[in-house]
Amino acid sequence: MKVLQIIETAYRATIEEQDDTIVWVTHAMKGAGGDFSVLLRGNAVNYGVKDQDASGLAFGAELQTQPPDLAGDVSKLTDKGIDVFYVREDAEDRGIEVGSLIDGLHPIGRADIAGLCDKHDQVWHW
Amino acid sequence: MADKKTLTFAIMDGPYENPRSTTAFRLMDIAARRGYNINVFAYEGAVNLPLTTQTPHANAVHGRDVDEENHPLPHKWIKALMAEAKNNGGEIDWVNCGLCVDERGAHEAVEGCRRGTPGDFWGFAENSDNTLVIPTR
Amino acid sequence: MSKYLLIESRDPFDSNDVANYYDLASNLAAAGNQVTLFLVQNGVLAARSGVKVNGVDVVAASGVEVLADEFSLRERGIAGDKLSKSVNAAPLDVVVDHLANGSKAIWH
Repeated sequence: MKVLQIIETAYRATIEEQDDTIVWVTHAMKGAGGDFSVLLRGNAVNYGVKDQDASGLAFGAELQTQPPDLAGDVSKLTDKGIDVFYVREDAEDRGIEVGSLIDGLHPIGRADIAGLCDKHDQVWHW
Repeated sequence: MADKKTLTFAIMDGPYENPRSTTAFRLMDIAARRGYNINVFAYEGAVNLPLTTQTPHANAVHGRDVDEENHPLPHKWIKALMAEAKNNGGEIDWVNCGLCVDERGAHEAVEGCRRGTPGDFWGFAENSDNTLVIPTR
Repeated sequence: MSKYLLIESRDPFDSNDVANYYDLASNLAAAGNQVTLFLVQNGVLAARSGVKVNGVDVVAASGVEVLADEFSLRERGIAGDKLSKSVNAAPLDVVVDHLANGSKAIWH
């Protein structure tokens, strides 16, 4: 069974969890034998942007020592053989230039999302 | 009775914050009444749904005492859904994501819920007739 | 040809993402799939006949069956005669029917 993971909600609890929990669960399920593609859409296209830096937070004397590395985690998905797509228009709408994105991501047009859904047995939208 | 099916739901929302958890329970209720087998992977805040430490309260704004208010407690809904499924020949296998339980301190889950991992969710999905993910925002 | 159940729980006044989801429903239908768009929770706020954003009418015109959860409609005081002609009220059981019948089910 091949599943398309669509990630749309972005930066929801990424500081507290020190990652994106859907990128994370995809890693975990891949490790358990799952077969996935990932589509970043909406605000989640920003996960592919280089030079994101959430470091340096402190709450009183409590320092966050492991800030999230969202682009790095997305990159690790591609290292694991997962195709990671992003919606071209969603990036353009947000002024995200192609050159500011990490390597290894595949742009697709909004009109092509239907075809991508057809290529998968199930579609899980987060 | 409808043909027996096995459905998997992945949920993420805790109680009392938005309508997604209620709609998820409504779907489970329909499936339970049909006698389906229902798998639930409770991820993130959803691990707070089965907490037995939830307690009801009166509501002065409503003008109701604790009995009259009869405030919903999701852990009781889960227990009732489990009973409904069983009464109709099905069952609910509820798995709380273990790391989500740890970080939230949500250890006291209603009987019938168990601790698990994303691997359990993948196993559920592979062995179900269908899977519905109800994400949070 | 596949069967799809697209569940929309949000209204188009909430986010532009809802319009994109409606478009996905239309595009799936244009690709030859059998598509149902099921509105639930605040998603039914797009179902009134007088709504200024005619998203669901456009989706229905593209061949998608558009349904709205009866309970969500009642919860929001949207009576049957106030619904857009493109939308039919339906019980939530329809979602479980689709799941049981193997439709690709997507929640937004």
